[in-house]
Amino acid sequence: MTEPLLQVRDLHTHFFTRAGEVKAVNGVSFSVDRGRVLGLVGESGSGKSVTGYSILGLIDPPGRIVSGSIRFEGRELVGLDPDELRALRGRRIAMVFQDATATLNPVLTVGRQMTLAIRAHERASDRAARDLALDVLKKVGIPDPASRLNTYPHELSGGMRQRVAIAVALLHRPALIVADEPTTALDVSVQAQIIFEMRDLVRSLGTAMIWITHDLATVSSLADDVLVMYAGRMVEAGPTRVTLRAPRHPYTAGLLASVPSRNPKGVDLPQIPGSTPSLLRLPPGCPFQPRCPRATPVCREDPPRVVDSGREALCHHPLPPASQAAA
Amino acid sequence: MLGFIIQRLLQAGLVMLVMSALVFVGVFAIGNPIDVIISPDATQDIRARAIAAYGLDRPIWEQYAGFLGRLLQGDLGRSFVFNMNVTDLIFSRLPATLELTLVAVLGATFIGVPLGIYAGYRPDSPVSKGIMAVSVLGFSVPTFWIGLLLILTFAVWLGWLPAGSRGPTVEVFGVGWSFLTPEGWKHLLLPALNLSLFKFAMMVRLSRAGTREIMLTDTVRFARAAGLSEWTILRHHVLKLISIPIVTVFGLEFGSTLAFAVVTETIFSWPGVGKLIIDSINSLDRPVMVAYLILVAALFVTINLLVDLTYALLDPRLRRKGA
Ligand SMILES: Nc1ncnc2c1ncn2[C@@H]1O[C@H](COP(=O)(O)OP(=O)(O)O)[C@@H](O)[C@H]1O
Ligand code: SF4
Ligand SMILES: [Mg+2]
Repeated sequence: MTEPLLQVRDLHTHFFTRAGEVKAVNGVSFSVDRGRVLGLVGESGSGKSVTGYSILGLIDPPGRIVSGSIRFEGRELVGLDPDELRALRGRRIAMVFQDATATLNPVLTVGRQMTLAIRAHERASDRAARDLALDVLKKVGIPDPASRLNTYPHELSGGMRQRVAIAVALLHRPALIVADEPTTALDVSVQAQIIFEMRDLVRSLGTAMIWITHDLATVSSLADDVLVMYAGRMVEAGPTRVTLRAPRHPYTAGLLASVPSRNPKGVDLPQIPGSTPSLLRLPPGCPFQPRCPRATPVCREDPPRVVDSGREALCHHPLPPASQAAA
Repeated sequence: MLGFIIQRLLQAGLVMLVMSALVFVGVFAIGNPIDVIISPDATQDIRARAIAAYGLDRPIWEQYAGFLGRLLQGDLGRSFVFNMNVTDLIFSRLPATLELTLVAVLGATFIGVPLGIYAGYRPDSPVSKGIMAVSVLGFSVPTFWIGLLLILTFAVWLGWLPAGSRGPTVEVFGVGWSFLTPEGWKHLLLPALNLSLFKFAMMVRLSRAGTREIMLTDTVRFARAAGLSEWTILRHHVLKLISIPIVTVFGLEFGSTLAFAVVTETIFSWPGVGKLIIDSINSLDRPVMVAYLILVAALFVTINLLVDLTYALLDPRLRRKGA
């Protein structure tokens, strides 16, 4: 079997702050095959963005990839020369961020920003750069792209702005896109549109995608596989259908129970009690203990890997597998 | 954009009107206007004639109207000392101050901003710490002290540069400029350096703070994610984003230096406006002081106007709001 497009193994990315060592990503492993979509799910602060930044080599001091391996297209990215990493960014791996209002430069025109991104990787005449920009803007569903080139970001709607950011990410037809909650800042109706557009885009281009979100509903309609993170650690991972239909980790089950579409109208959504823990004061063993309804004293030890139907969960007392749950 | 310009022009006119009223109240209503118009040692006869000629026996609003009328014709009285129209007098000194100010402010900006960006980009490097140390000096050491130190070092000890006065000038458009001759530059260098140190410090601070802030934003992260080089990010994204505060400070510093280069001009015997004002205060040449106040107000109003217009050019978001 050929090597996956991206293979992350036991990644540790820590921030060395005054208050202590924040283990934002604490031993995460996963892989993404060409053209596949991985949903990376977890509450705010669970380390999803830092995982994404680590892949692109965008961790700034006081943060650092402490250990682990990130192999992409057969190359090890951890410890790679900064210039070679830069040459990969935007060309082979691209990233889209949460809020295009903050990511696009307010004082440069759309065309200028796209030209800068094109010329980061190829010598292009003004004419060639313009043609490429127009082509990609059209692809991401921007009407009348020629007139958009001379506009500034604030003159566009939120959805259009995010489409421009997506266009910038697609300019060089990357093999992998990391999409970090790209629809969270948008209106609900626009969210759905963009999600479907992105799914069609990556399908037609054969681009793989890591879709970062705290919203399980978008994952189930988009992702082939899902990885659930909690406090910097992975708690459950596997094919989306298997994992979301019958989760085995109590945290995944809690997240699922709070998804609106799965509950009858008018019924209050159950929330997972408690809040995300401080990464500086984690209990030993399973990080989910203080909030877990199934916790027992043994949970103070590192949880074992429980594997079934291609999915794994890290838990001492996993929920029963699907066949037994149905019974 | 046109609406924006008209709006700002009207505002500028209003400010000038208020300013002229303030100066009028200060000089004509509270002070004794006759002291401004004629020399204290004039005869009784001349005094009486001046009172009649300037309508000082008229109601106050009529006097103000007359003052405004003379102001609009550029007639601000005659200097007792130089016995010439004060407006002409001030304008004859302006080129000297203007070239000194321009060299100082432009130098401070074109050297200070790149160094400040570097210091903001690499805050922990030894070079950045050196840049910041110089900027602290520029902020905290008094101008006159640095001026004396410069004269002592470069003029007295090393003998490389003249200790003061302006060099030979070349006429362009009927105005004499000394920066067009090599000898003129020799004279310019020390006072310009003296004048620019504070502005340099300010430009360094400003661009350092702006760069540090912007480097942490998602705009820069996104640019990096697109594979832009650090140089491109600094050159195209950061520079454009920090240019608004820099333009503001550039304008204000330019204006205030043009108006108040007093200390440096005095130390280096630079025959500019600042030196003229100090001399006028010493010799109680009041018309010069009044004209100076009005012209300084006009100068600041003009500069604010230009700064506002530059904002609109730099920041597309303001352009739409103003229009
Ligand atoms: N620059 C930083 N300095 C210190 N801690 C950081 C930094 N960036 C992220 N973290 C920490 O890493 C943790 C994970 O952050 P993040 O990946 O942004 O979470 P998510 O994207 O899942 O909401 C957070 O708890 C945060 O405190
Ligand atoms: S290991 Fe224990 S505390 Fe952690 S999720 Fe499983 S049951 Fe809950
Ligand atoms: Mg995040």
